[in-house]
Amino acid sequence: MHHILHIKNGIVIDPKNGIKAEKMDIFVKEGKIVEESEIDKSQCKVIDASNKLVVAGGVDMHAHIAGSKINTGRTMRPEEMRMVRQIANKFRATVGRVLLTSPAIGYEYAKMGYTTSFEAAQPPIGALHTHEELDAIPMVDKAALPVFGNWHFVLKYVAEKDIEKLKTFIAWAIERTKGFGVKVVNPGGVEAWMYGKNCRNLDDEVPNFGITPREIITSLIKATEELNLCHSVHLHCNNLGNPGNFETTIETMKLANGFSNDKRQVLHVTHVQFNAYAGSSWRDVGSGAAEIAKYVNSVDNITIDMGAAIFGHATAMTGDAPFQFTLHKLLNARWCNKDSEIEGGAGIVPIMYLPKNPVHALQWAIGLELGLLIDSDKVVLTTDFPNGGPFTEYPYVMAMLMSKKMREKELEKVSPFVQKAANLPSIETEKSLEEVIHMTRDLPAKILGLENKGHLGVGADADIAIYNLNPNEIDTSNDYELINKAFRNALYTIKGGTIIVKDGQLVEEVWGTTYWVDATKNVDMKAIEDDLNEYFDLYYSIEKENYGVEEAWIKNPTRLVMG
Amino acid sequence: MATKKVICTFCGSVCDDVEFDVEEFKPKKFCKLGRSKFSKKERIKAPMIDGKEVSYEEAIQKAAEILVNAKKPLLYGWASTANEAIRLGVILTEKVRGVYDQCASVCHAPGTLAVIEEGIPGASLGAIKNRADLVIFWGSNPMEAHPRHPLRYSMSAKGLLIKGRNDRKVVVVDVRKTKTAKKADVFVQIKPGYDYPVISALRALIKGEDIDVDEVGGVSKEQLKELAEMMKNAKYGVIFYGLGVTQSRGRDRNIENAVKLIQLLNRYTRFVIWPMRGHYNVVGSGEVPAWEVGYQYAIDFSRGYPRFSPAEFSANEVLQREDCDAALVIAADPVAHFPKESVKHLKKIPVIQIDPFPNMTTLVANVVIPSAVYGLEAEGTAYRMDGIPLRVKKVIDTEYWSDEKILEELLKKVVELRGE
Amino acid sequence: MVKSMIEVEVISGRTLDQGATVEEKLTDEYFKAVNYCELNEEDYNTLGLAEGDRVKVKTEFGEVVVFAKKSDELPKGVAFIPMGPYANQIIDPSTDSTGMPQYKGIKATIEKTDEKVLSVKELLEVI
Repeated sequence: MHHILHIKNGIVIDPKNGIKAEKMDIFVKEGKIVEESEIDKSQCKVIDASNKLVVAGGVDMHAHIAGSKINTGRTMRPEEMRMVRQIANKFRATVGRVLLTSPAIGYEYAKMGYTTSFEAAQPPIGALHTHEELDAIPMVDKAALPVFGNWHFVLKYVAEKDIEKLKTFIAWAIERTKGFGVKVVNPGGVEAWMYGKNCRNLDDEVPNFGITPREIITSLIKATEELNLCHSVHLHCNNLGNPGNFETTIETMKLANGFSNDKRQVLHVTHVQFNAYAGSSWRDVGSGAAEIAKYVNSVDNITIDMGAAIFGHATAMTGDAPFQFTLHKLLNARWCNKDSEIEGGAGIVPIMYLPKNPVHALQWAIGLELGLLIDSDKVVLTTDFPNGGPFTEYPYVMAMLMSKKMREKELEKVSPFVQKAANLPSIETEKSLEEVIHMTRDLPAKILGLENKGHLGVGADADIAIYNLNPNEIDTSNDYELINKAFRNALYTIKGGTIIVKDGQLVEEVWGTTYWVDATKNVDMKAIEDDLNEYFDLYYSIEKENYGVEEAWIKNPTRLVMG
Repeated sequence: MATKKVICTFCGSVCDDVEFDVEEFKPKKFCKLGRSKFSKKERIKAPMIDGKEVSYEEAIQKAAEILVNAKKPLLYGWASTANEAIRLGVILTEKVRGVYDQCASVCHAPGTLAVIEEGIPGASLGAIKNRADLVIFWGSNPMEAHPRHPLRYSMSAKGLLIKGRNDRKVVVVDVRKTKTAKKADVFVQIKPGYDYPVISALRALIKGEDIDVDEVGGVSKEQLKELAEMMKNAKYGVIFYGLGVTQSRGRDRNIENAVKLIQLLNRYTRFVIWPMRGHYNVVGSGEVPAWEVGYQYAIDFSRGYPRFSPAEFSANEVLQREDCDAALVIAADPVAHFPKESVKHLKKIPVIQIDPFPNMTTLVANVVIPSAVYGLEAEGTAYRMDGIPLRVKKVIDTEYWSDEKILEELLKKVVELRGE
Repeated sequence: MVKSMIEVEVISGRTLDQGATVEEKLTDEYFKAVNYCELNEEDYNTLGLAEGDRVKVKTEFGEVVVFAKKSDELPKGVAFIPMGPYANQIIDPSTDSTGMPQYKGIKATIEKTDEKVLSVKELLEVI
């Protein structure tokens, strides 16, 4: 372990602190970034970062990395697990093509210079399993987002218009699941799936509850804002995957009107690529990204992440169970489904994105369009791993966002359908290196409410990545191959002050922390106690006292108390 | 209070509403199977090497030596221990370049093979108790293998949409009229080994096709048509399947076909299928290696990375081919439960056993390490048959080491002996 | 009409008593829970069996002597032996590349015998 570091002469990009490719020294002590005056230069290890890019470790705010559906995905797809990445030696053996084993996830993020990753959808009753898998992922700091949009308590309180009880319930649920915030997946639609139906529109009625997705989303935003959670509602929209759905997405985004928060967005809409289709069928499907971009750019309280599609193998795995059944029928593919107590559901289907397939090529284009057309302050780079593709392809996406030339070359390889159905061929925008670093570091950290991540200011966690790039010499429009290559293998990855990767190779294994949010201070649990007892007694299959995760069961928890 | 609420660690039902009187050492509310687990029984008294009592440290040292010196040790069992121990076991197997296999390989692994072929459209037990108005037990006899399952989750369980036994229809498909069949509304008797064609016939009938025979597998066309109608008209149906299909001719193909049937039914109504897992944490013994190394069972590490091949690396295959030169058996009894062809080899090679209770494997083990009983004397995480995680409790103090502790020390010793 | 031998298909499986003694395999209770073969009443009578009688079950894979019992659960031509060391003397060890031996549905012959039923320990000796 290296407690005291002096990263010397690096070219730092730290958008949060206004540092744009400046030569600067960084000092690390006891896992934090500190002032130079705190370091005893005779005691420290010097890293010569001359002419190299120094940035904060990447923050992946939405990936499916841990929990029952990820593991069922692995089980169903031994063809995915066969690719050998590493033979066991000082480190664990790792395998996986796009799907990865838990140790592989940690190692691959580390090699790429990413140091934080969030599990995007945690089934509440399965929370302990999610934490067991998170605890099996080395290197990165992590957290999980429990899913609320089809949970019967939520549906009940929305129907009763009881925001106070909804708030209390959210606080109870996040504490029990040791989760991080309010994730919502196809609100109402998964409950409808229990009857073979779905809620594709905001005003479709949820069977037996007499409420609509519109009401669910609005109530959850209200409750989350009143609870002042560090992260906003994180939403997977209704009508995912259907031509014409971009309209549902914009209508959904309008639900954020009237809410505001000083520190962050009030609504984060996730993997928008899958919800950005125009047209009325798979024949005339097109890109709705421009319309969505226009809307997002016009408001200041919404953020999104791309959910970019990458050509190659992928696995569709979401809590959107009815969509997964649709996908199974469409592709005649293998299909896993899990209806879960009175909380929601999930589904898994193996998929591929082929460049010559018109629809896949369109999806690929749309992901990039969102990244290009939306203000860099409002869009985070993700592939909704593994739904859009591997997270190890983030460098590809970064390079594409910065280079029109690279996009032109790629466009030559894909289905010509994209020329008329997508905007990508006509987009001139080239994001700068600062913007792309912003979209992968401090912006996701801000969206999540993690003050000490994603930047290199004094007090930040010493999660640092050094790349073989000189920002002052590189021509991001033309040197796309160098960019794509450089971001795959960090020269150094530093996690909490320890050097874990050198020249793209693992040098040390560390274990990160699991963040969870405690919002119980400002609510009175008694208000929902009777409801909890009733539902557990009648509708759950386990005792209320056995529900949830105790802190002691998590290897290295960090409790974030909401004031 | 002497009576504590505990979580049963016998079968895959993992009932968490049962009680235990710590002073009287008495189980309450349990079924016969759980009661047997939570009663005083003969224990392995102390660690032993070749029948001679030794300390834990000495036994672990010897076990480590056996594993490190073996070219290809088999580490088998895992279904009746907690995830914390299983994870160490997987890492240990990787370290000693051995083969990891778990009890499902003689139980429900064919279901895993079917998941690989087709996926699995399933549900948690709570979703089923709340919604299922048609419950089919196929090749499964819960009255003898999961006695409280019918009460808690399936036959007479009450829930959101189902207020009691009369709100649902129960069907049993089996080769004999089991105790469960006697409680069903409909019993469909099939000839042993004919599940596959019966399922195919149902698929055809549900699609609206006619079958041009009078009976399939001993089941009349009339009965098949009735069953097909029941399934199509259910609002939410479930097939719980058991060893009747996994251990019979066809094995994984039987389940694959059943999954295809369920896929089809979901185009008409809602239907799910799920295996009746036998042990309280056999699910964990497959889930843990899946996230650690990518696969659920039959995993070989001899090349330094995990390889999955049920035909080559499941315990019975490895033993019958004499392709292992040592074995560590934990929370299982292969000498009692494997065919004699496999047991022959276990008699020849050095065997290490980790278990609370003496069993047939104890009779051939060279090193015996007694462990604490999870759910009674040790705390840990287990996954119920539907994958729901539960933290089983420790309510009794004991001198016995937990499996987790034994494996932790064993792993340390192995690392030391390998000079790492 | 009493016959000296009948042909059946054998299945092995769980019982409540077998399960309740599965962690006490060296006891008499376990011995009693797994050391028998159940036959349909007609098959039982065809072999001229009575309470306490033993039968020799023979398959392509081995043979075992167990106690005979009558059962109203079984159809004619199907015999049941509880899962355990006795059943495992005669079931098919081959896994058909699945890893799973065939524990159910093995063609067997059954005949009355005077040979004794070996104890669990004795059984292990002869494997």
